[in-house]
Amino acid sequence: MIGGLFIYNHKGEVLISRVYRDDIGATLSTSVDAFRVNVIHARQQVRSPVTNIARTSFFHVKRSNIWLAAVTKQNVNAAMVFEFLYKMCDVMAAYFGKISEENIKNNFVLIYELLDEILDFGYPQNSETGALKTFITQQGIKGQTKEEQSQITSQVTGQIGWRREGIKYRRNELFLDVLESVNLLMSPQGQVLSAHVSGRVVMKSYLSGMPECKFGMNDKIVIDKAGKGGVTDDVAKSTTGKQSIAIDDCTFNQCVRLSKFDSERSISFIPPDGEYELMRYRTTKDIILPFRVIPLVREVGRTKLEVKVVIKSNFKPSLLAQKIEVRIPTPLNTSGVQVICMKGKAKYKASENAIVWKIKRMAGMKESQISAEIELLPTNDKKKWARPPISMNFEVPFAPSGLKVRYLKVFESKLNYSDHDVIKWVRYIGRSGIYETRC
Amino acid sequence: SRAGFTGPENLSRVNLVLVKHYSQTLYTLYIRSVYHNLSKEAEIKRINKELANIRSKFKGDKALDGYSKKKYVCKLLFIFLLGHDIDFGHMEAVNLLSSNKYTEKQIGYLFISVLVNSNSELIRLINNAIKNDLSSRNPTFMCLALHCIANVGSREMAEAFAGEIPRILVAGDTMDSVKQSAALCLLRLYKASPDLVLMGEWTSRVVHLLNDQHMGVVTAAISLITCLSSKNPDEFKTCVSLAVSRLSRIVSSASTDLQDYTYYFVPAPWLSCKLLRLLQCYPPPEDGAVKGRLVECLETILNKAQEPPKSKKVQHSNAKNAILFEAISLIIHYDSEPNLLVRACNQLGQFLQHRETNLRYLALESMCTLASSEFSHEAVKTHIETVINALKTERDVSVRQRAADLLYAMCDRSNAKQIVAEMLSYLETADYSIREEMVLKVAILAEKYAVDYSWYVDTILNLIRIAGDYVSEEVWYRVIQIVINRDDVQGYAAKTVFEALQAPACHENMVKVGGYILGEFGNLIAGDPRSSPLVQFNLLHSKFHLCSVPTRALLLSAYIKFINLFPETKATIQEVLRSDSQIRNSDVELQQRAVEYLKLSSIASTDVLATVLEEMPPFPERESSILAKLKKKKGPGAVSVELEDGKERGELNGGADRGGEAAIAASNSTPSPSSDLLGLRSAAPVGGPAPSAGSLLVDVFSEAGSAPPSAASEDPAPPLFVCKNNGVLFENQLLQIGIKSEYRQNLGRMYLFYGNKTSVQFVSFTTTVSCPGELQSHILKCIPSLTHTKPVEPLVEGGAQVQQVINIECLTDFVDAPLLNIKFRYGGALQNITLKLPVTINKFFQPTEMAAADFFQRWKQLSQPQQEAQKIFKASHGMDTEVLKAKLLGLGTALLENVDPNPENYVCAGVIQTKIQQVGCLLRLEPNAQAQVAPPPPPTHTHTHTHLCAHALDSHTASVCPSLCGSHCITHCTHLHVITRYCIYVKDPHRVGSSKSH
Repeated sequence: MIGGLFIYNHKGEVLISRVYRDDIGATLSTSVDAFRVNVIHARQQVRSPVTNIARTSFFHVKRSNIWLAAVTKQNVNAAMVFEFLYKMCDVMAAYFGKISEENIKNNFVLIYELLDEILDFGYPQNSETGALKTFITQQGIKGQTKEEQSQITSQVTGQIGWRREGIKYRRNELFLDVLESVNLLMSPQGQVLSAHVSGRVVMKSYLSGMPECKFGMNDKIVIDKAGKGGVTDDVAKSTTGKQSIAIDDCTFNQCVRLSKFDSERSISFIPPDGEYELMRYRTTKDIILPFRVIPLVREVGRTKLEVKVVIKSNFKPSLLAQKIEVRIPTPLNTSGVQVICMKGKAKYKASENAIVWKIKRMAGMKESQISAEIELLPTNDKKKWARPPISMNFEVPFAPSGLKVRYLKVFESKLNYSDHDVIKWVRYIGRSGIYETRC
Repeated sequence: SRAGFTGPENLSRVNLVLVKHYSQTLYTLYIRSVYHNLSKEAEIKRINKELANIRSKFKGDKALDGYSKKKYVCKLLFIFLLGHDIDFGHMEAVNLLSSNKYTEKQIGYLFISVLVNSNSELIRLINNAIKNDLSSRNPTFMCLALHCIANVGSREMAEAFAGEIPRILVAGDTMDSVKQSAALCLLRLYKASPDLVLMGEWTSRVVHLLNDQHMGVVTAAISLITCLSSKNPDEFKTCVSLAVSRLSRIVSSASTDLQDYTYYFVPAPWLSCKLLRLLQCYPPPEDGAVKGRLVECLETILNKAQEPPKSKKVQHSNAKNAILFEAISLIIHYDSEPNLLVRACNQLGQFLQHRETNLRYLALESMCTLASSEFSHEAVKTHIETVINALKTERDVSVRQRAADLLYAMCDRSNAKQIVAEMLSYLETADYSIREEMVLKVAILAEKYAVDYSWYVDTILNLIRIAGDYVSEEVWYRVIQIVINRDDVQGYAAKTVFEALQAPACHENMVKVGGYILGEFGNLIAGDPRSSPLVQFNLLHSKFHLCSVPTRALLLSAYIKFINLFPETKATIQEVLRSDSQIRNSDVELQQRAVEYLKLSSIASTDVLATVLEEMPPFPERESSILAKLKKKKGPGAVSVELEDGKERGELNGGADRGGEAAIAASNSTPSPSSDLLGLRSAAPVGGPAPSAGSLLVDVFSEAGSAPPSAASEDPAPPLFVCKNNGVLFENQLLQIGIKSEYRQNLGRMYLFYGNKTSVQFVSFTTTVSCPGELQSHILKCIPSLTHTKPVEPLVEGGAQVQQVINIECLTDFVDAPLLNIKFRYGGALQNITLKLPVTINKFFQPTEMAAADFFQRWKQLSQPQQEAQKIFKASHGMDTEVLKAKLLGLGTALLENVDPNPENYVCAGVIQTKIQQVGCLLRLEPNAQAQVAPPPPPTHTHTHTHLCAHALDSHTASVCPSLCGSHCITHCTHLHVITRYCIYVKDPHRVGSSKSH
């Protein structure tokens, strides 16, 4: 189990230190220092999120300039620890926005309060922001009646810990975001070496009472089952659009009834109030790649390099991609760069050793091109330039995995509003993860 | 050094220069921005940007002025020092070298000394630039170039400039600052590649730099001279007198004389230290005047140490003490001035209580060496209280360690008890790292200076109690050896271990000692009802299950000894041995012991038991294994003890009264636990009960009294060696000579082992091998060579063994055996022993296998009477076929089975190999059991010799006789008829039929 949790700033100073177990307590100051010396200030950048120093394991997560490190001497489930660390980040973000040194210093009392609540003797507890917010407030809990206090207790310890009773909204509203990030590694010839989409379904619910929700999407297994169950294929196709998708693996929010998912593969839950992540999933098949990058690099002698990069958008012309950024790495001995591009803006960024080409908007089925001339300085080093891949960033208004929301039904038997009265919003956003093409 | 002296040259020059140059310039901003950047990523970004900028500047299409070139090279250097790779800018740096501006040149050189590796292509350009600078008249440029050479210090640099620099160093018109740099640069090159720096012609001129007016030059030169003279002292001998005069000038100068070189009122401390260190490379000067002057200097230094300090600053005292300690090192190095040594010792004594930890450390360390000098040993001893106090109260562990070392070094008979007691009490709190060494030291001191052996036993048992984990095997072996060798302490030891074992938790080593001693001497305390046999046994057995396997094995042996000592415990112990945990123990060793001991105790009679389980005989005295171990560990104090070791030997082991006999018994039959007592166990014991098979002749001796005694000094080569190659050649009360030999064709090698059976050393031990008469040169060649180093210093320690190897080559056949003469002094009396070496012609036999037909064909060919030797003799007791066969095989011939039609007969064939010729021999032995009354056996084989020799036509005939000697060994058969036929071939490509005969 987690022995302790530290939050460091980029200088390696400890901002927050909370020790849960004695085993690391004995070596507290040394282990705190060890992490600073061996990870934060390591001569070589430490890429592994888990570091073992003197039989003590450090699991760290970095948010901008802040390092969160969970420390343990035991053999813990690393995935659990990271899940917890990410959750911790979410909770902190939900309470005071961006995680920065400034914010952490300003809210340190709150953070200690949160840490007391969400970790108990190193075991993660309720980390649902909505529930936490009812009894950990920035103003302090005042003027609550005994009744209310006992209600909090029963709710926190009860069966549905993530939602309190008696919520009322005039307008029952539901926001559903499908957020996906698409990762790609492509060979110079256009062959896909690896590609996958990791997606999240994030909901914001403002519903009264204790509603029961049911979420449906074009999951292949469900569709196939429905097809076999008597409904004709035509009907299935007509209702679900073109196809179903194969989900490799998925995880759910604690509110989802897993037993029901296991038996019927239907996702039903009583939603927490406010914003939460309903599920997370990953697909590797039939991914729609929104952009294609075609690189052309030519070395002209020892002192010159010509680069030409073409990008093609590969989705419906009616849709618009945004925030497009192409990053073309330059050799380490670059002494000068000339860039010509038709669309957007391109610039050589010496500090990053790359040409950065930015395009604000781009419709589907279009093509754009950049060409650059790179001057090189002859060096003593015989070793060749490693040619790092060209990477890309973008945002598209559809789900590259092909996921579609089929339905989201709300049932609340006690209060008199029905599924039709709930206003539902659905949005798809596809972003680039690590989207690289070798050159 | 410990005194906190580091020369200013050790400072990191690069950073210094960078900071000095740019603290006020525009770079402050740049450097600050890098230092105070927010994060590592940001720093990398900043540096990438800067590097890109510099690259664009170095692009080459526009010429850079010197200033900006310097600026960017400097930036690159800085970025490199921040830990980033730099792979360009080298060319620009080389360009800077040819600049005429000092700063530009300096940055260029800096960059090159930091960043250019020796295999760079640019090295030629660089060398060229350096050459230009060296030949320029500008001293600063020359210095820069020299610094660069020294900083790079590569082999290429040495090759290019090793010839040039000495010239600069000794040239009359070179500036002083350049000379300094040149001297240090040369030193660096010499250290890096000594083979390339050849001083030769420059030597005397370099030595004379010691007379230079400029102190800086002298300081630099002396570093060089010290290094060079430590390699070849003879060439630089002349520096001694110069150094002495220089030193005396410095020492006698007032503090104001050497303006720039006075450091906190101390004149030229670095130079003084270096001079003193240089003098330590040489023995005391022979020239009386020089020596007098030096002694005066040293006295002055010692006097100055007594003067009140001129300043309270720590630098002042540091400088003063540095000189003082170097002076004391020199005094110790000379070790010839009692007066100075005592004064140094007193001075150090004052430092023992100084509040500076470093001074205390240094004082203790120097005193350790002083204690080993005969002049100052007594003086050191006067500080014993202070040192003990230091051991107890000192906070710094390294100082405590030194104090312990010093105590060890200053220990002698007079203060041994006190020191050992103090060390023991310190051991309880000592640091773990030094405990083992401490334990060894205590054990050695306790043994070495033990007058009262009960004290010794107490001390060692205490040692095991206090620091059992650190007591190595050697220590407890030693205590047991000493207890066993000393009658008077055995009872006390038994009592003490018995008491020590009463403790509920005692160390395993204690159990080992206890088991061994109670097993041997438990009877001495059995009278007391509190330590009755059963109580002793139960006490030991209560520890049994907590011990490791080797200890358990030892305890089992102790139990069986108990059965012998106290028959009343037999039932109890048998019960224990019979239990499943012993007799079915999974450990083979324990199981075997349990089974064997159980059987032994139940089957053997008391007499047998008493014989088998007799008390251990005393151990022969030899060098203490503990001391050997400490020597291995290289303690600084160990050296002094070795010196005295020889003197103490006799008393230490207390063996004088027990003398020779006991020790002899020991070496003969002790199955001692420390297996390497005498390597003689391979030699068959003589005179004792025969160890079953193996030696065929031994039982012959014991039963047939007619056999000649083996140990007569003028005895011919003992017959038993005719058929055997190994054994005991000679033995008396003092000496045992074992022999081991091997032969191949006409070559042989004989190993002689001389074992000193007494506890006293043999003096002037010499051995000579001579070949009498005609044997001398043309018959047999013996080349003795002593392999062991000891006989060279002709001492054979008591109980020790030395080995000698003799190489033998058989040129042609021979009769007589070479003589071995041994001379040595034992207790003043000269001993002279002459022995015949058991070299007989049959040793060079090579067995030959042949079929029956072949044999008889050859047999018939050799039918001339000259080619036959025949002998009939009576065997004294029954003919044992196996014995006969073994003898014949031992003779070296091949025994041919199923050849002779008469199965009773034995037929052999072999070829005697000599350098010149080969002698083929066919032998037939015809036992005649019927001839009850036979002629008496031939008295000895000497007779045979004469008999044969008389009939010999020439020397060749004699070759048969050894084979008959062999036959002689089997004369104990009833009646034998030996016929040998032989022919001789000259060792030549073409065989020459021989006519030599008998």
